[in-house]
Order: sequence, then structure tokens, then C-alpha cells
Amino acid sequence: MKSCLVVDDSRVIRKVACRILLDLGFETSEAEDGGTALEACRRHMPDMILLDWCMPNMTGIEFLRALRRERDGERPIVVFCTTENDVAHITEALGAGANEYIMKPFDRAIIQAKLVEVGLA
Amino acid sequence: MEQADIIYLARMLRRRSGLLLGQPKTHAIESRLAPVMRRFGFKDVDALIRELRHGRDALARAVTEAMTTNESSFFRDRAAFERFRDAVLPALLMQRAATRRLRIWSAACAAGQEPYSIAMILHDRKLLAEGWTIDLIATDLNSEMIARAELGVYSHFEVQRGLPARSLAAHFNQAGGVWRINESLRRMVTFRQFNLLDSFGWLDDIDVVFCRNVLMYFDPKTKAHVLDKIGEVLAPDGYLLLGPVETSQGLSNDFAPTDATCGVHVKAGRALPRVAMG
Ligand SMILES: C[S@@+](CC[C@H](N)C(=O)[O-])C[C@H]1O[C@@H](n2cnc3c(N)ncnc32)[C@H](O)[C@@H]1O
Repeated sequence: MKSCLVVDDSRVIRKVACRILLDLGFETSEAEDGGTALEACRRHMPDMILLDWCMPNMTGIEFLRALRRERDGERPIVVFCTTENDVAHITEALGAGANEYIMKPFDRAIIQAKLVEVGLA
Repeated sequence: MEQADIIYLARMLRRRSGLLLGQPKTHAIESRLAPVMRRFGFKDVDALIRELRHGRDALARAVTEAMTTNESSFFRDRAAFERFRDAVLPALLMQRAATRRLRIWSAACAAGQEPYSIAMILHDRKLLAEGWTIDLIATDLNSEMIARAELGVYSHFEVQRGLPARSLAAHFNQAGGVWRINESLRRMVTFRQFNLLDSFGWLDDIDVVFCRNVLMYFDPKTKAHVLDKIGEVLAPDGYLLLGPVETSQGLSNDFAPTDATCGVHVKAGRALPRVAMG
């Protein structure tokens, strides 16, 4: 079973995303900020990370850069999931090593389509 | 709605657009026709059908368009577009090396997702920059769809299904929460309202016909007839791309499928260029 870590400071968003991912056959875990997420990754590197942009302490981009420097940190598929919805943000995210990009609000169909994009469907 | 009216409507739709109505629920028909009813000022469907029976062409046209299913998405059935990009297009570029001209037709383009997907592939392959002349024609029966396609504006949801983020960032711009296709791509496509049941006289020498997810709505006779006409306007060494549940087999001897899944057909009796076999 593939694992996905959902990183978002909103409990509601984490819950909604986890429910969809569970339904799509993923094992899910949650983190409410980048620091906690990094610790979780050090314990167990997930197959995929669904990543918010704007979070306290560490932005999604900062987390991503830190992750990619970790041991095995190149391995997870990282999909941004954020309210930032312009070309500049998408370009920055992909440039920083994200694999895909979801703009909120999202639904099951969007998550499913993006899983196809990254080869995890 | 009375049974006789439903039968009348079904027969009219079949004659005008090829659409097989099947066994629809009355309320499904009524909800599709509600906007037409309002636009033409009818108080109910019965009144609308009465007027239809008196041969009002603008009304019949609007009803026919309203009954079409316009569901589509960018790079729909991904494998088919990958096959186009990785096999059909490379073969075609060799076949047309002398003229450096490509003529591609998206025959039921809905709101433009299909022709713009093709345009993205051609653009990424830098064909215009390399001096190729490209005619990308896109048609649909539904004039509202053609108007939308010409605008090239898509919702948050439409651009997140089937379209990789990289392509979105490369080929679209966001303003006010909606996404507009870049002008350079928009200008690659010529849109025109066109019914596949009408004469193909204006079309000729097409290298690739995308006729995807539309024949499936037609009865076998209409499918065969449309395939015949496509055979006439397709270049002898051209390609026909059908949808995943569509086939030319048993309907037309003009074509031969090249594979089971991607819908790529060539003219019967033609040896397939090796590179196009994927
Ligand atoms: C389900 S959409 C498919 C769009 C696109 N080719 C795709 O694969 O996603 C079918 C389209 O066929 C159009 N259509 C239906 N009957 C037609 C006809 N007789 N001539 C031209 N277009 C027709 C509809 O208006 C609709 O936009």
C-alpha cells in the first residue's frame, strides 16, 4: 500500500484530503507544519507528500527544499495543494522539485487526476 | 411529455445530428431543454415540441445543440495523446518532410480541450519555430461550445483534470480565478461550427483526423456514413484517431486499426510506417 503524508495547517483540509486518499487506496498520515513533517519523514519516508504552501514557521517551499536534502528525500512524490493559484507560484514549486500542483478547492476527481499525472494512480 | 412527442424528438435528433436518444427519462429531456424553452419563450416542453413540428429551423437547431453531450478534458484518454505525440507525429513529420505542412482536424472539439491539447503538443515540439505550416481546424455541432473554445477560457476544475501543472504554467494565464490559453496557442486553431452529417466538401487532404468520443452517440448507419466521408478527406497516408470505445471495424472497410487501445487507424491496405507502430 502506498503511503501519503498530508502537510497542512488546517485540520479540516487534512481530514478531507486523508479521506479521499484513503478511499483511493493510500495509507495516510498528517502533519500540521513543515518541522513536524520533516521529523515524520526522517522516521518513515512516505511515497507521496501532499503539501500546503502557506504554513506557520516553515513554508511549503522551504519544507520541500529541506526534504530534498534529507537522506532518501528525493524519493517521495511531492504534490503541492494550496490556494496560491498563479503561474508564478506553480513555476516556483516545480522549480523547487515538486512533481505536481493542486489548487484549492480540490475534489476527489482532481486528486485522482493528479495521481495519474505522477504515476501513483 | 407524451410518448409521441418523445418519439418525434428522438427521430428529429437522429436526422439532424445522428444522436441516438435511447430511452431517456422525461425529466432528463426537460432539464436539457429548459434553457431553450426560456430563450424562445415557451411555457412548457409540450408547447416547444408543437412549434418544432411546424418546422422552425432556429428552434430545431437550438434543441439539437442542447441535446449534445459536451463532456471533455485536456489530453482525454492520455494514452491516445501520448501515442499521437510519440508515434503518429514523428512518422508524419517524416512523411511530410518535403512540404513541411500539417493539416489536422479535431472533428468534435467540444469547448476546445482537444484541439488545444494537440496545439500544446505541436508547440512543445517547436514545429512553428522550425518553419512548419500548421492548419489546425476544430469543429463542433454546438455553437456555444465553439464560442467557448474560441475564447479559450477554462475553470479551475477544467484545468486540473488531465492537464499536467507544467503544461498549465507553460500555456495558460490566470486572471480572476479562470485560466486563459496563451494567445500563441489560441491563434494556432481555427474554430468553426460544423455538423458531421453535413457535406465535407470544404475539407480535403487532412493528415490527422481526431474524431473522438462522438461516433459513440450515433447509430451504426450514421457511424459508417461519417467514417466514409472521413475516408474521402483524409490523405492516403493519413491517420484517424477514434475514442477508446469506438472502432471502424464492422462499419468501414476504408480503415484498419493499428492497435487495440489507442484508437489510431490508418487507411486499409497501407503498410504502417514503422515509427508509428509505437
Ligand atoms: C463527448 S464530446 C467529445 C469531445 C472531444 N472530442 C473529446 O473526446 O473529449 C462530443 C461532442 O460531439 C459534438 N457532436 C455531437 N453530434 C455532432 C455532430 N453531428 N456533428 C459535430 N459534432 C457533434 C457535441 O456537441 C460534443 O461537443
